[in-house]
Amino acid sequence: MEFIKSNKLNIALIALALVIPFAIYPVFLMKVLCFGLFAAAFNLMLGFVGMLSFGHAAFLATGGYVTGYLVSNAGLTPELGILCGTLASAVLGYLFGSLSVKREGIYFAMVTLALSQLLFFFFLQAPFTEGENGLQGIPRGHLFGMIDLSSNLTMYYFVLAVFLLGFWLINRTVHSPFGQVLKAVRENEPRAISLGYNVRKYKLMAFVLSAALSGLAGSTKALVFQLESLTDAHWHMSGEVVLMTLVGGMGTIFGPLVGAAVVVGIENFFSGGELGTYIHIIMGLIFIVCVLAFRSGIVGEFNKFVKNNF
Amino acid sequence: MDTVLGINPVALFGQLLVGLINGSFYALLSLGLAIIFGLLRIINFAQGALYMIGAFLAWIGLEWLGVGYWWSLLIVPPLVGLLGVLIERFLIRPIAHEDHLYSLLLTFGVALVLQGVFSHIFGSSGKPYSIPESLQGVMNLGFMYLPIYRGWIIVISLLVCFGTWWAIEKTKLGAYLRAGTENARLLQAFGINVPLMVTLTFGFGVALAGLAGVLAAPIYSVSPDMGANILIVVFAIVVIGGMGSIGGAIITGIAMGVIEGLTKYFYPEASNTIIFMVMVIVLLIKPAGLFGKEI
Repeated sequence: MEFIKSNKLNIALIALALVIPFAIYPVFLMKVLCFGLFAAAFNLMLGFVGMLSFGHAAFLATGGYVTGYLVSNAGLTPELGILCGTLASAVLGYLFGSLSVKREGIYFAMVTLALSQLLFFFFLQAPFTEGENGLQGIPRGHLFGMIDLSSNLTMYYFVLAVFLLGFWLINRTVHSPFGQVLKAVRENEPRAISLGYNVRKYKLMAFVLSAALSGLAGSTKALVFQLESLTDAHWHMSGEVVLMTLVGGMGTIFGPLVGAAVVVGIENFFSGGELGTYIHIIMGLIFIVCVLAFRSGIVGEFNKFVKNNF
Repeated sequence: MDTVLGINPVALFGQLLVGLINGSFYALLSLGLAIIFGLLRIINFAQGALYMIGAFLAWIGLEWLGVGYWWSLLIVPPLVGLLGVLIERFLIRPIAHEDHLYSLLLTFGVALVLQGVFSHIFGSSGKPYSIPESLQGVMNLGFMYLPIYRGWIIVISLLVCFGTWWAIEKTKLGAYLRAGTENARLLQAFGINVPLMVTLTFGFGVALAGLAGVLAAPIYSVSPDMGANILIVVFAIVVIGGMGSIGGAIITGIAMGVIEGLTKYFYPEASNTIIFMVMVIVLLIKPAGLFGKEI
């Protein structure tokens, strides 16, 4: 337990992250990092405030489309493109959040799902998204106008830096006084209200932060794959991020990353080849098994194991 | 064709009719969701997949087994209901005491599996299902021609919706159901088998989706993702109406179908999104929903 709480683990993990692209294909790793950040942002709401959003694809796609469009058409450098994508998602998060935090629990899930479907149709019809084709050939460009990102290895270290920044921010938020209030809302909302906290405002702030970080993940992902398509805005994507968080462990720091690695790994294994049509069945089965027998997720179970045995 | 004040009445009534039909499906599906929500406090994400299965069972019946439309209409809803009973008994009940979010995620997983299985077997292209002979043809209403099958959908949906409303609001069984919605433990203390009632309620709510599926088979093409698309719209409708009342779910469903139909005539670009926009407006003005009781 001491080991897990100490900084040694973090340092070891970062060291591992620095050398791992020499052993595993960097594009796969970048995909895991992007989805890991996306799931961690989602977990900020589900795991730490208890709000189940079923529309987080909206923020991933908004970040991706805005970044992709600006980098391709306005000649923005990658870091500025990502900044714009993240800001756009934050603004959208404020709009969606203001509407959806008025309702709770199941209604909240349905409102977020419906709002993201509204955005899906908008992206489908708007001219700048290129409809079904999506934005293709988005240039990775030169970071700060200097560092060429076209090599996958260079891009990997850039994505790792973005991921660590986002992850650090989430970690800081969770352990801040603000994060403590969020947990209080999760555990006992009426009590948090009676203590004088403006619960809706806190929920909205968590929503905006989560949306912005999801946008950051989407923006980065668009540059990695040089592609942004409607897949990211589809409700399947919203379901997938729930699955990643659930598999890895809701309300844990590392769970979403582990969940993202597992889900992306399974998808890569099944995509291509004749097993492709099984993918949704497998995903659904994992959902069912996790909910029935494995609610703490991989990291949650691991923490329990460590706690009981050491 | 003559136009009145720049409006083409034939096209307008045509879209209104389409709206009424969509509204009938919305009403059946949101009614099923509302009934299930009343007792189980969960939203059944698999409702759309079960609607799709209803349509597929009708298609399989006709193409593989030679079972006609009328028999399908009788047999398929109970079959889908039985599937619902199995889902409730073996998947939802074991985690009923946990946070309701888990049951919701469970039904989402079930929806993914069911949809995945059907698209694996049947592919994603739509399957045609012909209208039964006795319901083919059109009726002249004076101001427009009404295809008989479309009129039939509206009539049967309204009858089923009204019958369900009557059974819940006016009969002894319905009184138990309403009592269970208010306080399930107290009702159990009075000697009612509440777990059985929950299972049957889930089965009935799901059977309504199966019925909607059979009705939909002849006019929409039968495809694995037909349920997912309509379900998200129905969720928006549930948010608009609120799930406080059975009657509210029915009225909101039909009204939203009509609004969608009118939008198709006056501003077709927004017809996909109009219901979501109405939801946004309702959330701004009356967050609890038009018929909602909470907050």
